[in-house]
Amino acid sequence: MIAETSNRRGLLLGGALTAAGLAAMLGTGANALAAAAPKADAAQDIQILNAAIALEHEGIAAYTIAAGSGLLQPAVVSIGVTFRGHHMQHRDELIKAVEALGGTPVASKTEADYIKALNVAALKNQTDVLRLALGLERGAANAYLGLIPSLGDAYHQVAARMAGDEAFHAAILGNALGEPIPTQALMFGA
Amino acid sequence: MRPPILLAAIILLCPLPAAAQMTGDAARGAKLYQQRCTACHSLDANRIGPMHRGVFGRKSAGVPGYAYSDALKGLNVTWNAQTLDRWLTNPSAMARGTAMGIRVSNPQDRADLIAYLKSVSPPAKTK
Repeated sequence: MIAETSNRRGLLLGGALTAAGLAAMLGTGANALAAAAPKADAAQDIQILNAAIALEHEGIAAYTIAAGSGLLQPAVVSIGVTFRGHHMQHRDELIKAVEALGGTPVASKTEADYIKALNVAALKNQTDVLRLALGLERGAANAYLGLIPSLGDAYHQVAARMAGDEAFHAAILGNALGEPIPTQALMFGA
Repeated sequence: MRPPILLAAIILLCPLPAAAQMTGDAARGAKLYQQRCTACHSLDANRIGPMHRGVFGRKSAGVPGYAYSDALKGLNVTWNAQTLDRWLTNPSAMARGTAMGIRVSNPQDRADLIAYLKSVSPPAKTK
């Protein structure tokens, strides 16, 4: 079933996909690529891209809550605000992709929802906050890589690029926590 | 009632999903869960995905307060070793239009994750 689906995607999308098309998707070309996707696959892509948007909403909320927690040193707040900016850029690119497919981007939940879901009440110091952020970033890197087989070809590169950003965030946070550099390669996307 | 020979033929020709035939390691499954699932799921909170505590033995789309996709609302299965193995192999093949896009291609990884999910579910539902 997986090979059958992949072959069908390749036959239907192969003629429409070029490097220029992929680059254009990140700017104003999203409509052209979206038009090339069969309706059934477009509906599936909308669902998965919306899950990615939800992931970004949660990440943005986490960094916002962390910045206002009073638990972080100013330099750490600054890094968190920068990372939040990256997640906002991810969110905006994903929203463009969903809208180009004719879908409705999923909305963010309330801050109270995220405070409860992330168990913010358990965070007592900077280390706790950094560990939460590290877990979310590692998870996000793995999630973006894990989503690629289920996404249409047009979105593979942007998913991989977003995974790269999350892995970068994870590396900085791991270093801030004093974690040793892993000796084993292939740290993400198993 | 199917004749016994026909039933045996069906069983032989329709093997169980790979992970359902393996022994899962719940401890390893816990690590895999942390690594591969917690971006979207928690045991005790609905986040991007629904909470997982008690999933074994639960009906699909069965967590109160979570906004399931139409695909999951229409799936109508009970989560057990066999259905979870199919699900984790390729969610969109089982429920086209699902928001769950993660596939676990390694049968042992699936078996370990399923063992972990069983370990965090009430005993009565794991039979």
